[in-house]
Amino acid sequence: MSDRKQKYKKVAYYHGCALEGSGLPYNTSTRAIGKKLGLELVDIKNWNCCGAMEVKNIDPEVQTYLSSRVMSLAHNKMGQDVVMAPCNGCYHNLKKAEYDIAHKEKSREVVEKISAKADHPAYQAGQVETIHALDWIKFGFVEDQLKARIKGGLKGLKVANYYGCMYTRPRNIFPEKDQGGDSESTYRPHYMDDLLAIAGAVNVDFPLKTACCGGAHTLSDSDTSTKLVLNILQAAEAAGAEVIATECPTCHSGLEMHQIRALKRLSAHTNVKIIYFTQLLGLALGLSPRKVGIQENISNSIPLLKAKKIA
Amino acid sequence: MRPSIAALGKALEAPLPANDPCAAATFLLQSGEYSLEYWLIAHDKTPTDALKEGFRILALHRQGAQGEPSFNACRETARELVYYYNLIRLEPDHEDTPQRLEMMRMVARHLYLFISGKMEVSGLGEFCCASKPIRLKSQEA
Repeated sequence: MSDRKQKYKKVAYYHGCALEGSGLPYNTSTRAIGKKLGLELVDIKNWNCCGAMEVKNIDPEVQTYLSSRVMSLAHNKMGQDVVMAPCNGCYHNLKKAEYDIAHKEKSREVVEKISAKADHPAYQAGQVETIHALDWIKFGFVEDQLKARIKGGLKGLKVANYYGCMYTRPRNIFPEKDQGGDSESTYRPHYMDDLLAIAGAVNVDFPLKTACCGGAHTLSDSDTSTKLVLNILQAAEAAGAEVIATECPTCHSGLEMHQIRALKRLSAHTNVKIIYFTQLLGLALGLSPRKVGIQENISNSIPLLKAKKIA
Repeated sequence: MRPSIAALGKALEAPLPANDPCAAATFLLQSGEYSLEYWLIAHDKTPTDALKEGFRILALHRQGAQGEPSFNACRETARELVYYYNLIRLEPDHEDTPQRLEMMRMVARHLYLFISGKMEVSGLGEFCCASKPIRLKSQEA
């Protein structure tokens, strides 16, 4: 058994706030495929916000502390050495905290000071490894075995894989990426492409896979977000995609909501469906649409999935 | 001469000339450079004429991202323009050239939209009435 396969078999699960709300189907489907593949998720109890954008914009060191507390819980309370965060925002922030604690004296000082006040052990760099749901499935359940477990598959469904901006940026907080071999690429990420190809999808050549969805502008400048999302949707359709696969709850919600807003505000209709990659994998593994929360998506993909005999 | 921001936005919506793919690819690459130039000018910087990896657009992006890490969110968008430019210039008669041009246009449009959004959020004005001082400045340049 490979090192990572062994390590990722049982991981601390940090779903964060989005996956309890708008990203619930991502949570549902992640748990469902974990169960199906025999990968164990152990919820982090008493978890807190990763600091997301709100805290980070006001005080980045406090954000570092908030993310460090989650890692400290996993290591010190649960004895886990791997934290899996499926939300790109959480994943990014935990990786950033790891980097800052390892490289910045100021960050270490702030983390130690607040941790002491909060009466818990301060997180030390290297105590846990933070991974994304893509790493978890790709290496926790090696690809050959995944192939053997596919039932029915995605039947040539044409998919544009959309990773968003936080999965690969900034490069310095992801030292394991761009290392050649089976490491992830920050320029053209491919883990989602790899997994969905195994599941029977046809990945289209999609140039906006890491382009900004305007998520941060949604409230302050909704029109810009709508135009950015519309461009992503139209590019996916022009590339021949029937579905945009997502792996970030913010991107996913943004694509779904601005698809509707683009129709209302700009009279621009797009038909491409938006589905979490974990939902697509779950369907390919033979799980029912309900089991992977397809009915909870805003984007109604049921007719397409039925027509393709995937659902 | 650099077009006005409004003219650039309109040009990116218009269909591309089908009979000269190399010229169309050059126009789209240059439109990406213009978008980045607007960002730099709005920050009182002189857009560089340097090349990075053989392309000015990559040097302009690097210049625009200095002290502004969030600007890296359009790094790959700039690189994708270079990728499509190379594909089209190397094989203009390839059967996929019309599709490649269309995708390149959408990438260029994304860069334009991203930068316009960033400028508005940065309080640099939007691409309509509030950006008038910036537009006038860039048109004079």
